[in-house]
Amino acid sequence: MSQQGYVAAPPYSQAQAGMGGYSTGFGNPPPQSHYGYGSPPQGYSAPPTGVLKPPSSSPSGMPPPPVSTHYGSNIQQNGAHPHSFPPPVASAPSMSPYGQPPQGAFHSMAQTPPPTQQLTNQMSAMNIGGYGQRPMQGPQSPTSSAAPQYQTSPPPTMGHQPLSPPGPQPPTLGSPPPMATMGSMAGPPMGMSGPPGPGVQQPPMGPQGYPQQPGSPIAGPYGAQMAGPQMAGPQMAGPQSGAFPGGFPGGPAQMAGPPQKKLDPDSIPSTTQMIEDDQTKRGGQVYVTNIRGQVPPLVTTDFTVQDQGNASPRFMRCTTYSFPCTADLAKQCKVPLATIIKPFAIVPKNETPLYIVNHGEAGPIRCNRCKAYMCPYMQFIDGGRRYQCGFCSCINEVPVQYFQHLDHMGRRMDMYERPELSLGSYEFIATLDYCKNNKPPNPPAYIFMIDVSYNNIKSGLVKLICEELKTLLDRLPKEEGAETSAIKVGFVTYNKILHFYNVKSALAQPQMMVVSDVAEMFVPLLDGFLVNFQESRAVINNLLDQIPDMFADTNESETVFAPVIQAGSEALKAAECSGKLFIFHSSIPTAEAPGKLKNRDDRKLVGTEKEKTLFQPQRGVYEQLTKDCVAQGCCVDLFLFPNQFVDIATMGDVPSHTGGSIYKYSNFQMEVNGQQFLSDLRKDVEKSIGFDAIMRVRTGTGFRATDFFGAIYMNNTTDVEMAAVDCDKAVTVEFKHDDTLSEESGAVMQCALLYTTIGGQRRLRIHNLSLNCSSQLSELYKSCETDALINFFAKSAYRAMLNQPMKTVREILVNQTAHMLACYRKNCASPSAASQLILPDAMKVFPVYMNSLLKTPALVGSTELSTDDRAFHRLLVNSMGVEETQVLLYPRLIPLHTMDVSSEAIPTPVRCSEERLSESGMFLLENGLSMFLWLGQACPPDLIQNLFNVPSLGHLSSEGTSLPVLDNAHSRKIHSIISSISQRRASSMKLLIVKQKDRSELFSVSTWLRTRVFTEARPTWTSCATSICFGPDTRVVLLIED
Amino acid sequence: MWVVSGGPMRSPPSASARSSILMEMEEESRQHPQPELRRNELASSQSRRTECVVTRHSSELQEPAGGESCSTKSFSLFNGRVTAVIIFNLLKPHRLTSTRCHDDLPRVHPTERRSPDLPPVQYEPVLCSRANCKAVLNPLCQVDFRAKIWACNFCFQRNSFPPSYAGISEVNQPAELMPQFSTIEYIVQRGPPTPLIFLYVVDTCLEEEDLQALKESLQMSLSLLPPNALVGLITFGRMVQIHELSCEGIAKSYVFRGTKELTPKQIQEMLGLMKPATSGQQGKPLAPHDAAASCRFLQPVQAVDMNLTDLLGELQRDPWPVPQGKRPLRSTGIALSIAIGLLEGTFPNTGARVMLFTGGPPTQGPGMVVGDELKTPIRSWHDIQKDNARHLKKATKYYEALANRAAVNGHSVDIYACALDQTGLLEMKPLSNLTGGHIVMGDSFNTSLFKQTFQRVFSKDYNGEFRMAFGGTLEVKTSRELKVSGAIGPCVSLNNKGPCVSDNEMGVGGTCQWKICSLTPATTLALYFEVVNQHNAPIPQGGRGAIQFVTQYQHSNTQRRIRVTTVARNWADAQSQIQHIETSFDQEASAVLMARLGVFRAESEEGPDVLRWLDRQLIRLCQKFGQFNKDDPNSFRLSESLSLYPQFMFHLRRSPFLQVFNNSPDESSYYRHHFVRQDLTQSLIMVQPILYSYSFYGPPEPVLLDSSSILPDRILLMDTFFQLVIYHGETIAQWRKAGYQEMAEYENFKQLLQAPLDDAQEILQTRFPMPRYIDTEHGGSQARFLLSKVNPSQTHNNLYAWGQESGAPILTDDIDSLLTLMNYICDLLICGEKLFFIVLFLQSWNLK
Repeated sequence: MSQQGYVAAPPYSQAQAGMGGYSTGFGNPPPQSHYGYGSPPQGYSAPPTGVLKPPSSSPSGMPPPPVSTHYGSNIQQNGAHPHSFPPPVASAPSMSPYGQPPQGAFHSMAQTPPPTQQLTNQMSAMNIGGYGQRPMQGPQSPTSSAAPQYQTSPPPTMGHQPLSPPGPQPPTLGSPPPMATMGSMAGPPMGMSGPPGPGVQQPPMGPQGYPQQPGSPIAGPYGAQMAGPQMAGPQMAGPQSGAFPGGFPGGPAQMAGPPQKKLDPDSIPSTTQMIEDDQTKRGGQVYVTNIRGQVPPLVTTDFTVQDQGNASPRFMRCTTYSFPCTADLAKQCKVPLATIIKPFAIVPKNETPLYIVNHGEAGPIRCNRCKAYMCPYMQFIDGGRRYQCGFCSCINEVPVQYFQHLDHMGRRMDMYERPELSLGSYEFIATLDYCKNNKPPNPPAYIFMIDVSYNNIKSGLVKLICEELKTLLDRLPKEEGAETSAIKVGFVTYNKILHFYNVKSALAQPQMMVVSDVAEMFVPLLDGFLVNFQESRAVINNLLDQIPDMFADTNESETVFAPVIQAGSEALKAAECSGKLFIFHSSIPTAEAPGKLKNRDDRKLVGTEKEKTLFQPQRGVYEQLTKDCVAQGCCVDLFLFPNQFVDIATMGDVPSHTGGSIYKYSNFQMEVNGQQFLSDLRKDVEKSIGFDAIMRVRTGTGFRATDFFGAIYMNNTTDVEMAAVDCDKAVTVEFKHDDTLSEESGAVMQCALLYTTIGGQRRLRIHNLSLNCSSQLSELYKSCETDALINFFAKSAYRAMLNQPMKTVREILVNQTAHMLACYRKNCASPSAASQLILPDAMKVFPVYMNSLLKTPALVGSTELSTDDRAFHRLLVNSMGVEETQVLLYPRLIPLHTMDVSSEAIPTPVRCSEERLSESGMFLLENGLSMFLWLGQACPPDLIQNLFNVPSLGHLSSEGTSLPVLDNAHSRKIHSIISSISQRRASSMKLLIVKQKDRSELFSVSTWLRTRVFTEARPTWTSCATSICFGPDTRVVLLIED
Repeated sequence: MWVVSGGPMRSPPSASARSSILMEMEEESRQHPQPELRRNELASSQSRRTECVVTRHSSELQEPAGGESCSTKSFSLFNGRVTAVIIFNLLKPHRLTSTRCHDDLPRVHPTERRSPDLPPVQYEPVLCSRANCKAVLNPLCQVDFRAKIWACNFCFQRNSFPPSYAGISEVNQPAELMPQFSTIEYIVQRGPPTPLIFLYVVDTCLEEEDLQALKESLQMSLSLLPPNALVGLITFGRMVQIHELSCEGIAKSYVFRGTKELTPKQIQEMLGLMKPATSGQQGKPLAPHDAAASCRFLQPVQAVDMNLTDLLGELQRDPWPVPQGKRPLRSTGIALSIAIGLLEGTFPNTGARVMLFTGGPPTQGPGMVVGDELKTPIRSWHDIQKDNARHLKKATKYYEALANRAAVNGHSVDIYACALDQTGLLEMKPLSNLTGGHIVMGDSFNTSLFKQTFQRVFSKDYNGEFRMAFGGTLEVKTSRELKVSGAIGPCVSLNNKGPCVSDNEMGVGGTCQWKICSLTPATTLALYFEVVNQHNAPIPQGGRGAIQFVTQYQHSNTQRRIRVTTVARNWADAQSQIQHIETSFDQEASAVLMARLGVFRAESEEGPDVLRWLDRQLIRLCQKFGQFNKDDPNSFRLSESLSLYPQFMFHLRRSPFLQVFNNSPDESSYYRHHFVRQDLTQSLIMVQPILYSYSFYGPPEPVLLDSSSILPDRILLMDTFFQLVIYHGETIAQWRKAGYQEMAEYENFKQLLQAPLDDAQEILQTRFPMPRYIDTEHGGSQARFLLSKVNPSQTHNNLYAWGQESGAPILTDDIDSLLTLMNYICDLLICGEKLFFIVLFLQSWNLK
């Protein structure tokens, strides 16, 4: 961050002057000058070095900007109002006003946005200022000032007006803050809350960005007193986003008798409500990332991101956006400091794709000491000849070819022409130094490895795969703008032995090469194994036609597994490329070969100290295999079709360390799982992906990344290696303090990912993020992000279960939850009755999620659950991003019986609780992995008729798993709901139809459904809440009833 | 044919035999307690020896003096009733005619044996009932027609005839009792007929052009195979692939790593052959249809003809990149082990040929001959002598083990090695040597040498049957005075220590049974016998020693046959009947037998040692049979039947079979391989190439292999077996250049030019392997082939002394001419020097 800006600032009494850059910047020039009607800045004429990645489809359907003006679009990206698309060339001058304020590079970015954003900026500025001032002030005043402000915050509907025209800017904003110390803090909020004018201007972040609300260290307003039942219903429904009841009266109730009895489930903070509110307030808006430490909307909210110096929350999302300044503080609150990085997250079509920067032959410019890449946090000094690293503060020379003059504010003239100086996320073209053996990489390869043992043949799977591949291979991902995909494909079938296929285009028919030496696997051929599908289409189709027939009468039921992976990895090695293996496997590998597995599914271990061994992979070859695969950039995707125990803990070991995915279709039947599998396969083949990746997370001084969770491999403590990383893979990184952080400089982090594109280019993807630091716990709690927190907890708990008894893991989770909440109560909340549970606003649903986590299949030790399912779940979560864990832990329960068939929208989900399932209803439940259609016993027959074409529920066979496509409004609607849900999820979901009270069906569906449905079951929740109420100051022991 | 050994060197051992007999003396160190030991000579029972016409090479047979001597016999296995001697005698008078009339001669091919007077009989042979004898009823047995009893002439056991012989009488004798059928062949029923198997093992690390030519040859060969024969295909380069032949729609092959040695069991497991293998192991080979069904890798030609042709057509060069400065990785060792493993798992004890086509040395895995670094050249004789050949021992051991496995199962391995550099034949030769396979060496698969040779492997006789037989075993039975010392030829010992086995091993000894996996008409074994002097049981005067050779084999038409040859020779006393012995001495056969022994020794011993040993033998022979007056070198004479022998020895000493100079280890192996398997005639050609001279002065005539024969107005045709050289003298070459042959008036010149070509063509037609055909002239670079062979009677040393126009001088520092050799021998012998010095002296020639 711009240290200069702070260092050079006047005393805090005039903090706004320091920040005053804003004021003047915003205030003085006429607003329209923001929009670039002035004269162009000198910098603009400089030739752009950033190469615009042509957007596949530009945001508003506009064509990609011409090269000459591409910088204009860059400016847009850097904060120009979306309405200004397409930017007139003249819009470039929009920078001129920003030329004035003497601001650091980072903050300067904050100035490009349109007024809506400016408001946010200002708020953020205030926050920043506020932190500085807080020590001098009593906590009360912010509280008092904040409280009314909060309560009078404009209705969310106002927030909905997105992107209001730039013109009218509230005078309050425009004028420099008149107040000194306190005023500078309170002023702007007042301004917002006071006159209606600014209200109109509410930015998306505005009032709803409650975490940023200044001065709300005390939970009072948030953790509103639980008034008992009377608060429940209406309040939930009400738009009082900020004032959810954060607690409920556990105390008195307890005294009176069993607390459970009196607790109204509706009094529990509602997750759905929160999601809905956030969606209402911030949905559909533009989230501009120009402010340090601002809390992004929830993952469930639809919003557009504008990169202005910090990575989009799609790429990086933190557990808290305000780090505690000291390690002690961090220890005290026990809130984990972590970032979930999804480096290849899909950028929606209306957001600009990442720019590609080419720094020429010398390679990307990096700090000499810490090797951080050039980014907006680098501070140019000395007339532009040198720059100070924002991470390690090292002063570096600017390379001659990179030199640029600074403007009078100390920013480089070309700042907006260079994505690496103004954006949070961008890509560098890597030079040969970044390539293996200093050779440019070859395009990656996809190898399809099909188990052709008896089971897969019998189930028709092999035929299905072969048929599908014929069309699927036409849709391999390709570089933007490329005619055809550069990815090569290869085919292997196997049972006890492996069959490789030569599908060279010159051949009249494919050639099969059998390798039976599974003990020492090797690749029997080089030329013709990995081919371009377009060229070899005829031969490949011929092959795919023949494979099912060739093995049609097989009776081989034994399989090998480790040699299969090894073969794939060797093949890639021989071809000197990275790539991905698609392994379609049926059974536990028992054939005599390395990696042979034995059935060790011992349910007796459940609940004992040794339970963890069930999840530990069997040692030996798989470790080495993982190493080899990662070294070769060989990602393994495993599609499992087990009929019995297959030891997923071990078989999933390689995929889960190589950035691969695991899919599991138990008891595969073509009719039941066929479509689900095909859709998974399609998604998996088509999704965007980078290969042979190595990721490094660099941080500013004072803290560092200490732990990494994900489908990754760590050779040392800092480099995250991934054979491949696709758009669904997220890495959770935990940070620890090594030193004190300063509130001014905040906490900056840079995630650099070196990878090979699908076209065979070596690139560096950089994501930068800056967070606030605070010595106030209240700031920390305010800036927390529940979804990210629970992602972290899930991953860390799932890792811990490998080494610790399940009981301990659960205890740790519960304790930490209690501790976090207790710490809040002690330090941040205003004194209140011991019977009240006080929750920080940002974490008010955290206990709900935690409870849900504790009941996930992996953590709940039940002998009814198959070990494979638990291990599978464990591995699955390991690579999940925030969005996936959110929906997994809080499934969406969508009522269908009340849906409005004429509306486009998906009906609003209701709280995911057993009580919500009404007999006369019909619900769709989805958690990202599965989808259930729950039919109440008394659900309207006409609905049944419409959906299933049978007169009543009784006519519906209990076997039914398919939903016919019928030509009526209800049917169309439900299909559209299902498809729109499926689209959002990484894996496709099997639809199961569950009839109420249909025991067998309910039971067979999956035990986890029940646990999930009962997530909010009262007893658990109450006991949890109660103990927090009673023991805030002492060591808390929570009793979780399972 | 045997010799009796007398006391130490004094007593002249006698060689009998009209047949090829060589007396070989024992180590002089061996002391024999009975100097007066009687020597018997087995006189030939036939009088033909007297008919032996000796041309200018009068034969002289040398009998080295010394302790005991034993005679040896060269035995042409498939020689009809005529023994090798007869061929010899017939051929000898006119070598030219002899080569020309090849086809008229009784040939050694088993099928050709069926000449009108030798019909194979369709019943089982009658065996002696004594358990350790089992000799076959033969014309030498005494038969009591009345009692229907016959006495075995080997063990004297009296046996009754089987019931089916009830009708025999003196006028109604079975064929095996007729004297003219000393060789008789039985066709027997032993299990179901098994088809022949041809397994191609093809190197794909070839130049494109070579590979193409090879592919064509292989495709062509499919049409030459018997339609029911099973074929298989293995290709190798860096990996080894076994191709499955019966699959439709997709070409399927099993691939093996080229560096990992696998046990036969592993191989069979990996090929999925375990089930058939277990049933196959329980005794007999599989019935052909079962086997064909169970083994996807070996299929009848008629069924997979098209498939295989396509498959061969699509064969690509080994795709693995070969970096600069490296040899391609060639897994010959593994390919062969898989081929042999496949066959032994599926078709044990069935006639099968593994045919290896390779274009370079094995460079990886077991059996590797040289590393893949081009900067390390492949081993030379120099390296080997300095013990510098890193892989030699290991590789040789590896291939020997493979060869033994193949031999046990009766499979033979051919090696077709075509490359400009060496291909590792030295290491791989046991494969062919022990299993009776062919070795063919050429420069490229794209030469007619390879193409025609390969075609000729599948040549047929006039009955339309292949000139090959499989899975032979030879058993030798001898009468009591004789013991078999060993055999030299393409065979392996079956380790059957019968009563007639001598302790004194020569060649492959210690057994009376040998396995010969593959036979051709030319296959010849040399068998060595020893006369045992039983002190208390002296050999009766006038008695006869008898030998029976029983050969079982699978005919190319899949019949099992048993061929029985029984021969007998009179005994002669070595002292009293020395003349007898001398006259019945067959110097050509003896030369070949000695040569084989020499080559056999050369395989394991240092070159000079072998030469010294040869020299010693020669000197002893001269000492024993030569007639001379003391101190008068010019008086030295050898009798006619011995006169050629020194000459053969002289050429043998210079031959590539013993000399490694100027030959690569591979070439030496190649030459030796052919030398120890060809028949007598061919062997003699190899020892002493034949030279014909064509001129206007008369019909073509054989001339001395001497530099004096090289004259300007002659055309010479030299046949060394491996090369066929036509050499135009200086004048002739000039005429030819001037184009006289085009002119009508010089028709005769044209004919003269044509004559050697025609003769050469005839040789080319029949020779296997195809000789290298060289057409050269005076001063041509290729003339070196001729000049290196002729006896350098004229060298730069004596050129001027010899006057002009008497031949071409040979510039050589090599051993002197034959004349010099003889001079030395005479001088030393006659001047009474001690043998010791002679040997030393002879040795000094080598050093020169």
